[in-house]
Amino acid sequence: MNAMNTPISSPHTTTTQSVSRVMVTVMLALVPATLFGFWLYGWPSIWLWLVTVGAATFGEAFCLRLMDRPVLPAVHDGSAILTGWLLAMSLPPWAPWWIGAFGGLFATMLAKQAFGGLGQNLFNPAMVARVALLISFPVQMTSWVAPLPLDAIGAPGPISGLLVTLKGIPSGLDAVASASLLGFAKTELSRGVDLLQSLGHAPIPTWFGSRPGSLGETAAWLIAAGGVVMMFLRIISWHIPLAMLAGIAIPAAILHAVDPARYLDMPTHLLSGGAMLGAFFIATDYVTSPSTPKGQLIFGAGCGVLTYVIRTWAGYPEGVAFAVLLMNALTPIIDSYVKPRIYGRDRKGSALKAQR
Amino acid sequence: MGFFERIFKEPRWGVHPDDHKRPAADAPLRILPPPAKVYMPLQQHVGGAARPIVLVGQKVLKGQLLAEPSGNISAPIHAPVSGTVAAIGEVTAPHASGLGFTAITIDNDFENRWIESEPVADPLALAPEEITKRTAAAGIVGLGGATFPSAAKFSLGRRLKVDTLIVNGGECEPYLSADDRIMRDSAAAVVDGVRIVMRAIGAEQALVGIEDNKPEAIAAMRVAAKPFPEVKIRPVPTRYPMGSDRQLIQTLTGREVPADARAAEVGVLVHNVSTCAAVHQAVRFGRPLVERIVTINGGAVKEPGNIFAPIGTLVSELLDFCGLHCEPARIILGGPMMGTPLPHAQVPLVKGASGILAFDAKEAFVPEAGPCIRCGNCTRACPMGLQPLEMGAHIRAGDLDGAEKFMLGDCMSCGCCAYVCPSHIPLVQYFNHAKGELWAKERTKLRVDASKRLVEARAQRLEREAKEKAEAAARRKAERAAAKAKAAAEAQGQAEGETA
Amino acid sequence: MLTAVGSLTVMGVALGGLLGVASRYLAVEGNPIEGEIKDLLPGSQCGQCGYVGCAQAATALAKGEAPVTLCPPGGRALAQQLAAKLGVKVDLSAISDDGPKLAQVAEEICIGCCKCIKVCPTDAILGAAKQIHNVIREACTGCGACVDRCPTEAMTMVPVPVTLQHWIWPKPALNTAVAAHA
Repeated sequence: MNAMNTPISSPHTTTTQSVSRVMVTVMLALVPATLFGFWLYGWPSIWLWLVTVGAATFGEAFCLRLMDRPVLPAVHDGSAILTGWLLAMSLPPWAPWWIGAFGGLFATMLAKQAFGGLGQNLFNPAMVARVALLISFPVQMTSWVAPLPLDAIGAPGPISGLLVTLKGIPSGLDAVASASLLGFAKTELSRGVDLLQSLGHAPIPTWFGSRPGSLGETAAWLIAAGGVVMMFLRIISWHIPLAMLAGIAIPAAILHAVDPARYLDMPTHLLSGGAMLGAFFIATDYVTSPSTPKGQLIFGAGCGVLTYVIRTWAGYPEGVAFAVLLMNALTPIIDSYVKPRIYGRDRKGSALKAQR
Repeated sequence: MGFFERIFKEPRWGVHPDDHKRPAADAPLRILPPPAKVYMPLQQHVGGAARPIVLVGQKVLKGQLLAEPSGNISAPIHAPVSGTVAAIGEVTAPHASGLGFTAITIDNDFENRWIESEPVADPLALAPEEITKRTAAAGIVGLGGATFPSAAKFSLGRRLKVDTLIVNGGECEPYLSADDRIMRDSAAAVVDGVRIVMRAIGAEQALVGIEDNKPEAIAAMRVAAKPFPEVKIRPVPTRYPMGSDRQLIQTLTGREVPADARAAEVGVLVHNVSTCAAVHQAVRFGRPLVERIVTINGGAVKEPGNIFAPIGTLVSELLDFCGLHCEPARIILGGPMMGTPLPHAQVPLVKGASGILAFDAKEAFVPEAGPCIRCGNCTRACPMGLQPLEMGAHIRAGDLDGAEKFMLGDCMSCGCCAYVCPSHIPLVQYFNHAKGELWAKERTKLRVDASKRLVEARAQRLEREAKEKAEAAARRKAERAAAKAKAAAEAQGQAEGETA
Repeated sequence: MLTAVGSLTVMGVALGGLLGVASRYLAVEGNPIEGEIKDLLPGSQCGQCGYVGCAQAATALAKGEAPVTLCPPGGRALAQQLAAKLGVKVDLSAISDDGPKLAQVAEEICIGCCKCIKVCPTDAILGAAKQIHNVIREACTGCGACVDRCPTEAMTMVPVPVTLQHWIWPKPALNTAVAAHA
């Protein structure tokens, strides 16, 4: 029976949902796209994924041990694994091992544990790590390769794949260094070649991609499917993904209609880069996004519009990571101004007048 | 509910926990064998505790007045069995703290002799004030759990001219089915009580809200209400906390009760179905509130069901009657969402106890709390539109005033937020703690203000006494001086007289 | 480069000057914090802090001459509030805070000398010469002045009993995985 000096408070029943279950569900939603990416890019991508996730988990465990907090419960909830996984999905698949290792450690140690652990960070850890890597190692972070599926001739096996990750791409390998679509378009525009000419030579974006990109970029529809499944399972709500995709799609459609030679069209924008991954998996991170549906719409729209702006007019071909981080900074403000209406009170918080 | 009904008609607020009502709800009502002793607490209602008017050793009949109300918001207590008053002393209260309160113990003489009652042939011909008086004299309080004295509510309703009586047949808490049982078995009594209450408050219509997980009760009430078109049966979607006043009012009438107002100010009054049945007993048959239906349920109970028992029966007797598989890991008075954990089973059944739950280890398991991941489930679940995650974070950091700014005062501690939290944070405990601390601070402030006034009063008293003392001394001095002068004048006169 | 250095210097001088002007003309008069501190104190002028009254104690606190732990009737809660208001750190372990206390007369020992009545700042003691005294609980502030005055030690301080109406749910204990180094 409960002791008299520590009574147990109501409610005496609780949902069976837990933080680990939520994380596991998100990981399961990522599995189809990840496996497709593994198949598309071969063993080096598998090793890179392992290194990144491992580094993220190790970083979290190390910090917890350093702070004298219990390690197992925190690692068990799966949030560090998910952070590493999402980071790996946004890296170039044949990047060297130290990119994954540094990124994973940076994500959990500096972007999460240094703020106080789960639930305390202001910025999305995976995106913080990606941006840190992008700024520090721009060459490695923009070295994309054309897909070389596992069953293709000349694709590296497990051991040679490991060597690719550890030592870099050997000259004998048939991998084709290639630019991503967005990167290609931006470089050509800066050279003065407008899109109508340059895109003839460019890889065509498709839903079932086989053009160069990150692990999470090529299989856009698998990502979207995973996201929709999460919406049905009530893990995420529709507000952020819809708002973010609309924030990218609407300006893209308008500006492409105005000047097709200068501005990419809407399907390209939605299907390339981290747009799908960002909309369904990254911007929807609980800790760094607003907690109210209306606030989430504002947040998602901001992410989308900023992504489009950075892609089109700023110095980087890909804008999702920066856009998400900028909107993360605004999340506390959005949360303090956008509050649900309380029953019996008006929007400002003062009591309603009694009406029969 | 069908798939589309669920999507479009189900309210977005609240939660939908597992029901756990059947098979207890379907079991026929059982009558508890008369207990040897009953312990009738003096405080079973909101307001002032009742004052005992009987003495130890006095013989009482069933339904006899034991304690009279004290003040405007209070209720009398009547004897649930006939017998002898054995003691007036402290028993453990059905409260989480384990503290005690005063109760009158009666040794049952097993003769079940009722006191003389004054039945009324046509209660609807009585004046509303008379109905209110009888309801008050019968000690009727809100039997849904709120235990507000019903007669006071009738007066309030009449004063504010309410037009609709909402009868709460929601019973949204899992495991409980006492209201379900009374609607199924005694629908006619409930409807009669509803009509009497309507007369008492002057309402034109009654809307009986029953959650749609009780189809038998809905059917029974429809049959009983058929001859009376002003009593309308309204099934409502099953969602916790649909049985909460404000939510039920909004669902049935669309009216929203302002934050600082009572339901009566929007023209409605809410009464529980069991309360209406008790009014029927009190006004038509002149019988006070001494017995009620209580649900005994939970994993540790062998034969869960609804029991008709005298108020004041020990919880242990009720549990023994239904049989226990094992020692309960936790005993709860009420439902699992808002119920009070009992320190042990030797507590008496009170008027507001609609259910006793004996949980086994599995049901009583409390998962360890983790950090808040700001998922926002709590904000979506809150029926009042508050933000539990923000209030919880502020209270955890010790910032109670910050939590109050998020309208902590509007929180009704329904438990939806803590129910949906994936980190299992004890949000309701944070809020109850904070509310308690804020009330204590308020009381301290009133006390300090009163102390300041007392200090001032004392200073004034001392000043006044000093002044009076000084005046008295001056007066005495003047008198002495005058007397001296007079004596001197007389002596002078005498001396002059002698010389002259 | 010279333009950059020059413009920044000019801005620095101009803004610094503005700040100086503001500090002279927009300065806050007096010390409003003293009034706020006085409101926090119990106001019973019991004198246990060593100052004549609560107003004097507030002045001393505002000046920083008195420690925030000076008020026994206020207990731990008051020390915390004063520390928060003044922005100082306070070591609360020194304050034995068993909760609020009330004075109580042991009727078998009381000789009815009225010494306690004279010294009670809120007139909370009922009594007269050679009559047994009694404490009006609602008026007692727990300052303890009467205990010192009683010649027969009939006056003691007892903790305020917790009733059902005043019991408060304890704050949930922090989970070890979540707790800071506390």
